[in-house]
Amino acid sequence: MENNVKYTFKDFASDQEVRWCPGCDDYVVLRAMQKALPEMGVKKEDVVFVSGIGCSSRFPYYMDAYGFHGIHGRAPGIASGVKLANPNLSVWVMTGDGDAMAIGGNHFIHLLRRNIDIKIVLFNNEIYGLTKGQFSPTSLMGQKTKSSPYGNTQTPFIAGELAIGAQARFYARVAGNEPKAMTDIFIQAQAYKGTSLIEVLQNCVIFNDGCFTKFTDKDVKEDMQLFIEHGKPMIFGKEKNKGLVLNGLKLEIVTIGENDISESDILVHDAVEQDPTLHQMLIRLQYPMVTGVIRKIDDMTFEEREHQLTENIKSKSNYTSVDDLFFAGETYDVK
Amino acid sequence: MISNEDNNNQHFARENHKIDTAVIRFVGDSGDGMQLTGTQFSDTAALFGNDVATFPNYPAEIRAPQGSLYGVSGFQVQFGSVEVSTPGDELDLLVAMNPAGLKTNLFAVKAGSTIIVDTDAFNKKNLEKAKYENNPLEDDSLSNYRVIKADITALTRESLKDLGLDNKSITRSKNMFTLGMVYFMYNRSLEHSESYLNKKFKSKPIIAEANIKALRTGFYYAETLELMSSTYVVEPAKMEAGTYRVVMGNDATAWGFMAAAEKAGLNLFLGSYPITPATDILHELVKHRHFGTKTFQAEDEIAGITSAIGASFAGSLAITTTSGPGLALKGEAIGLAMIAELPLVIVDVQRGGPSTGLPTKTEQSDLLQAMYGRNGESPVIIIAASTPANCFEYAFEASKLALEHMTPVILLTDGFIANGSAPWKIKSVKDLPEIKNKLVPNGTAKYEAYVRDEDRLARSWAIPGTPGLEHRIGGLEKDKVTGCVNQGPENHEYMVNIRAEKVKRVANFIPDIEAEYAQEGDLLVVGWGGTFGNIHAAVKEMADAGYKIGHAQFNYINPLPKNTADLFSKYKKIVVCELNLGQLVQIFRSQFGGFKFSQYNKVQGLPFTKSELTQHFKGLI
Repeated sequence: MENNVKYTFKDFASDQEVRWCPGCDDYVVLRAMQKALPEMGVKKEDVVFVSGIGCSSRFPYYMDAYGFHGIHGRAPGIASGVKLANPNLSVWVMTGDGDAMAIGGNHFIHLLRRNIDIKIVLFNNEIYGLTKGQFSPTSLMGQKTKSSPYGNTQTPFIAGELAIGAQARFYARVAGNEPKAMTDIFIQAQAYKGTSLIEVLQNCVIFNDGCFTKFTDKDVKEDMQLFIEHGKPMIFGKEKNKGLVLNGLKLEIVTIGENDISESDILVHDAVEQDPTLHQMLIRLQYPMVTGVIRKIDDMTFEEREHQLTENIKSKSNYTSVDDLFFAGETYDVK
Repeated sequence: MISNEDNNNQHFARENHKIDTAVIRFVGDSGDGMQLTGTQFSDTAALFGNDVATFPNYPAEIRAPQGSLYGVSGFQVQFGSVEVSTPGDELDLLVAMNPAGLKTNLFAVKAGSTIIVDTDAFNKKNLEKAKYENNPLEDDSLSNYRVIKADITALTRESLKDLGLDNKSITRSKNMFTLGMVYFMYNRSLEHSESYLNKKFKSKPIIAEANIKALRTGFYYAETLELMSSTYVVEPAKMEAGTYRVVMGNDATAWGFMAAAEKAGLNLFLGSYPITPATDILHELVKHRHFGTKTFQAEDEIAGITSAIGASFAGSLAITTTSGPGLALKGEAIGLAMIAELPLVIVDVQRGGPSTGLPTKTEQSDLLQAMYGRNGESPVIIIAASTPANCFEYAFEASKLALEHMTPVILLTDGFIANGSAPWKIKSVKDLPEIKNKLVPNGTAKYEAYVRDEDRLARSWAIPGTPGLEHRIGGLEKDKVTGCVNQGPENHEYMVNIRAEKVKRVANFIPDIEAEYAQEGDLLVVGWGGTFGNIHAAVKEMADAGYKIGHAQFNYINPLPKNTADLFSKYKKIVVCELNLGQLVQIFRSQFGGFKFSQYNKVQGLPFTKSELTQHFKGLI
């Protein structure tokens, strides 16, 4: 996978016309990925994008890499097969909230649990776009959609919370209008060994326009979003004077300079802490919206464990052909 | 080692009969070890050189309530000095470890044949559970049989009392005591079973010792037992020269795939979810990772097949294994592999349906699901194995067709041949046909994913990691050359037609269908897949008796062999025998309108018997 060729983002753009709606955040993700790939040190021929069904799942067609546009919800299965067949590849699952957490929910949680070195980019727009506007598993309670004209009555999943419940080792969240942060997180995900989940808060301009604007609009984002980095204090706000502290079992927002609070009182982000309690609290926080790499813990991957077992068994076996197996043990000759 | 040559101290007259074949059934509770007992007997017979066919028949419950009628587990074996193609219709010996076993299996015992019972199990409680009003050992209900009443449980306990084992372990050895008795009755050596027990209980030598002691005691007990008035000799069968071993259908399937991977120079990848009766293929393949075999127990049937599709995209010989309900769940993904034109083998070890149906019983009712169970125009190659041993060659053939034609292949087996075992003349990989995979070599400058070869219409296979050949494929309709999305009306129709034509052309690469026995005449008996043995035996019997009857067993179902109509035209009547309500016959009727097909169907979760077939065929001629 190591690479010496210097690529530019153009090397990863396919000749296919991009067909998302004008103004869709998906364009931002596409560009961020095309910019990130040349920085990752991987060979173009080793990159595989796998998707399911939905707007986001058209992504592989627009990348000049290997791509597989699968069936609804099943990208994790296909990607697992690709990666296990050839662990040398850089395998990316491009999926949406319906694809990953409704029809493909089972595969999504099991991929995270196994920790196969696959990167998942979850385009969460809290709506079904390609089927034209039904509620999704992340749509808010009460949200009016074409299939919930009087308001959604189903409790939404919080993607990161579900993922960590499913043993996710790497989870990041990023706003759909932050190409630089996105590029950086994609690069970090590639460098990380294990299943990585990147949730993109993606605006759907047609069916759920403005679903994240209260956190992501240029005017408010500094006050409403807390972008965290490992080893740095959790400070946000236009004035960089707001921060998080732990008060009992709750996170509390404080203002630096008020009530004797100084920067040293503010929680410092520890993404590598195995205990997911604080990570879950950050994920669940409704204000500010926490973005950045929230969790990134070390573990062996599934394929490393498998490889170890195989090498161990190989070292004890002197079979070189299946013939050795067929003719071993209880055979008998008929003359 | 014990042999019957040591028998000269016996003090009563015992006849030693020479016979061609014998059919034995061992029955007991599902925890009594009947499957192990039966397997030991059949392996011993095969190693001696007999031809062998087995039929394990067990309940869906792992440990059904003791003594219950529905909890009876049975293992039937026929072995012979002549060709043996079925486990047999009628029993020469029934070994019943409890009243429920006797009650549910007595119907199959030939009049005058032997029944061995464990009298200790015929107590009030067990008789009530088996719904016997009177103890059948004490009234005259068994007067047509030669009943050997042995206190098997008590004798086993007595023989093992000094080993310091707990009661449960001692009692569990009673199946070996019984096996010892049967070995004596059929002049068999204990050698194979003793070495098996030593190996199986390597880490628990005391258990090995107990089982071996029970086995020997049973053998000696039978030797001194006056009731055992006859013993039997079944000489080795005349079989084609070569090296053999006994294989179970599911293991043979697994090995066929391993051989195909080696022959094709690819790694084997299995994505699977456990389901009866297919799981043994996973169990077997998971042992062999040192050959580059990768197995992935997925979270469900869909992930089983989609992971295999991913592995196929990445250049493995990819397979997925399942049974009927799982095939239903995989339907959409089979369509994906079909439109993506990737090599993939889907094994369906058929069981009784619909829905959960009869999970541990056999049936052939998934054929139309395999044929049509997908959305859109979605033909795939369908082939079927017909004996436990030829599961090997059809797994190999399924892989070869998938790789050379770049399309999914459904391989149908069934519970009967998958769990049944038979001698297999071992095939060396070097003697197997070549498999030419369609991989695009490194260094190829230009790649268009859906350009096809002329004879097979197969596209070529560029896999991730190959520089310069980056491309995208998927489930959307593709351009006929580049593989890019193209939903244009003419392109779609072209692609639908060419994918259908591709499967049709497989007929140019498969053997003709051949009939055995009469090559023309009054009746052609047609079967497919796992019914081979029983139909073969029935037709052989009638052909030997002078009937103008032929038998054709189909292994290739989609497409059918090119000479199928030719063959049909040579007989006055055609009867299609299936363990379903008539599925292959529907395919015949849709493709060969000029012929009249009659049907013989059975849907009891059981294989055909030779006698019911011959009776039906005689009525047709």
